[in-house]
Amino acid sequence: MPIITADKLQDSYDVVIVGSGAGGGQTAYTLTMEGLKVLILEAGRSFDVQSEVAMLQLPSQAPLRGEKTPDKQYGFHDCSINSGWDIPGEPYTNASKEPESQFRWWRQRMMGGRTNHWGRITLRNGPYDFKPRTRYGIGFDWPISYDDIAPYYDKVEMLIGVFGTNEGLENSPDSSPGVLQPAPKLRVGELYAQKHGKKVGAQVVSIHRAVLTKPQDAETLPAKLHPGNAKAQSILADSMRTRSPCFWATDCHRGCSIRANYDSQTVHLRPALATGNLDILPNAMAREVTLDKQGRATGITFINKKDGSEGHAKGRAVVLAASSQESVRLLLNSKSAAFPQGLANSSGKVGKYITDSVSSSLSAHIPAFEGMPIHNEDGAGGPHAYVPWTLHSKNGKGELGFPGGYHLEFTTGRQMPSLTTLNGIESRLGHEGVLFGAKLKEEARRYYGCHLGFGAQGTMLPNDGSFCELDPELKDQWGIPVLRFHWKWTDFELNQARHQQQHIREILEAMGGKVSAKPDTDIARLLKKGGEVIHEVGGAIMGSDRETSVTNQWSQTWDVKNLFMADGAPFASTADKNPTLTIMALAWRMADHLMDEMKKGNI
Amino acid sequence: MSTPDDFPRMDRRKALQWMLSATATMAVRDPHLLAADAAPVKAQGYGPDPVMVKVYKPGDVWPLTLTEPQRRTTRALCDVIIPADNASPSASALGVPDFIDEWISSPYPAQAGDRRLILEGLQWIDTESSTRFGKAFADLSLEQQTAICADLAVAKPPPGCKKYAAFFKRFRDLTAGGYYTTPEGMKAIGYVGNMPSGTFEGPPIEALKHVGLA
Repeated sequence: MPIITADKLQDSYDVVIVGSGAGGGQTAYTLTMEGLKVLILEAGRSFDVQSEVAMLQLPSQAPLRGEKTPDKQYGFHDCSINSGWDIPGEPYTNASKEPESQFRWWRQRMMGGRTNHWGRITLRNGPYDFKPRTRYGIGFDWPISYDDIAPYYDKVEMLIGVFGTNEGLENSPDSSPGVLQPAPKLRVGELYAQKHGKKVGAQVVSIHRAVLTKPQDAETLPAKLHPGNAKAQSILADSMRTRSPCFWATDCHRGCSIRANYDSQTVHLRPALATGNLDILPNAMAREVTLDKQGRATGITFINKKDGSEGHAKGRAVVLAASSQESVRLLLNSKSAAFPQGLANSSGKVGKYITDSVSSSLSAHIPAFEGMPIHNEDGAGGPHAYVPWTLHSKNGKGELGFPGGYHLEFTTGRQMPSLTTLNGIESRLGHEGVLFGAKLKEEARRYYGCHLGFGAQGTMLPNDGSFCELDPELKDQWGIPVLRFHWKWTDFELNQARHQQQHIREILEAMGGKVSAKPDTDIARLLKKGGEVIHEVGGAIMGSDRETSVTNQWSQTWDVKNLFMADGAPFASTADKNPTLTIMALAWRMADHLMDEMKKGNI
Repeated sequence: MSTPDDFPRMDRRKALQWMLSATATMAVRDPHLLAADAAPVKAQGYGPDPVMVKVYKPGDVWPLTLTEPQRRTTRALCDVIIPADNASPSASALGVPDFIDEWISSPYPAQAGDRRLILEGLQWIDTESSTRFGKAFADLSLEQQTAICADLAVAKPPPGCKKYAAFFKRFRDLTAGGYYTTPEGMKAIGYVGNMPSGTFEGPPIEALKHVGLA
């Protein structure tokens, strides 16, 4: 079974999955390794990571030096194709015109989904992150605890390959012994921040990222991941042997043709296809989940984007992994007599409680770095270190004015110059006027590599003002009703952003950094808009009560037993961690449960 | 990218087509205007699914639109901003004027403002050169060129010059950005990455010593 066209669809599958990214990829991998017949519908085209990604090309080899355009919204050499905040023919709307109430929705229309465009930061949610209501009295407790998901974190990390160290931090969990790959050495800026950040209480440690720093252990890992399943072990071992470790050059966002970093195709879809149990139908835009008279899901109606025709894929169970809000849209568009408000929406909670990472950033010129001996700092195509949240004792009940916390991600190093590398050189070096001529060249050498900044990503608990619904009028180019978003920052997020700005400034100044931006009193302006971190989750949250949530702890919808969610939609809140690893761990756990239920004859 | 900077770099038939269409547009707007039109460019972008691995040159995706006199001024200005020295070549030797032309000829909305600013700025700088020294900017001595640029580069330009100072700043940013994104420019600024390697050793001891970490 391979990548197919619509006319090659089987009559029926065990499971039909919508979406081929982190959640859909993991689900397909888990199910097909155990012998289930699976179909993935992917709205984008096939994409060959080996031949299509531009790993070593320079900005001068791209139009406009590779700068962002409406066609390539993260730059020309970024791996994303047919993707963006605004996609022609695929609109969405915002209910409010107020700048701070805008939600921006990134869509990734390509095989592998958003895993193509990703910093590969794989931090685990900690025990507190699953129980915000118990801890802070607000938000919702997830119906699972850290201990429920910890074994799946280990399994996913062993499968995808994650480097990092175990630091014994509070609420930023370690991995089990033997799971992590060796962490790369830290760069000058990361080490310098480690030394000087201590003065202001910032702890700098190795980050966890899904990049191989050595070959995966194809001899022992497959048996740990698939005990008693010789075929799965053999397929996985072969897949692991095709991956090379990092060659210490180029930004991971460009994609990785040597398969050193994780993307869904490299790690999940290739072995899943090798089982012979997976069909993938690209260019298929899911429109609706279909039901039988008993109220069970029977499959997915989709639009074949090649010719606009409609098709139907049939399955014993359906898994939505189209990205959190696209899956929500599918539910809301699947109306029937039994579900007039949209499928699995008897609680009225479909579309509710969208959260995103709370993020602001600040940077400085570090004079100590001027005249640095020239050396190569490319490293593993992204950060090697980060600042975890360690102020739990000061914020145990939200005394700082916000629940949870945030971690800080570095921007540092002698990175490949871009068109904007020298913008702002005068203010950072304290020059009057505009530099040019021999002096500019001299100052450029002094200035380059001295930039260091942090981007914060923090906890957001759900609120009643951040949700989506169907737009009453607008439809996309295939006639499918689109989403209308509502977004609200509460005082918690604004307080957190103020704290972020102040703390980052302290760290930068402890390093002797010259921060060019003045402290801003209009904090909403510094906060990234809802959706802009591309960490939006929720909209079909899991819970222990069918009146107040959409799925149970297994991401199985309360209303339709054979309908599951495998993207960020079941997240009951956003932690101070990036969501992708948790999406994969939840998807694996969900897939195990789905198979159990099938074996028991419940589905 | 160190191709010579002479016009045209495209095939002759294409060049003629573009020149004819450019001339036609200009004729309608202002028969006396010898400069390229400052109105937004009507051309196709590369679309949401371009071939990423291909090596592109300015003019490959959309036509370049600077006239030859504008290109002469652009070349001269680029080289006042980034002259050659013992260690590295000048901006024009690395094809930066082609990039500026590509930038201001872009069909995307973000570059439309730069197009107007830069075309007006180029015209102003030649007018200023004739007024002050009786020649086009490209024909001035380096001292004369530098004198004109220095007036635009001051922290507080006189009220009448603000727009052209903004032009100079933007032109400088594009020139520097265009330059340091080439292989030679990267070498000049001290970037030595993008080199696949079997290991990552971390910072050398000299770098650690430099910041007091060893």
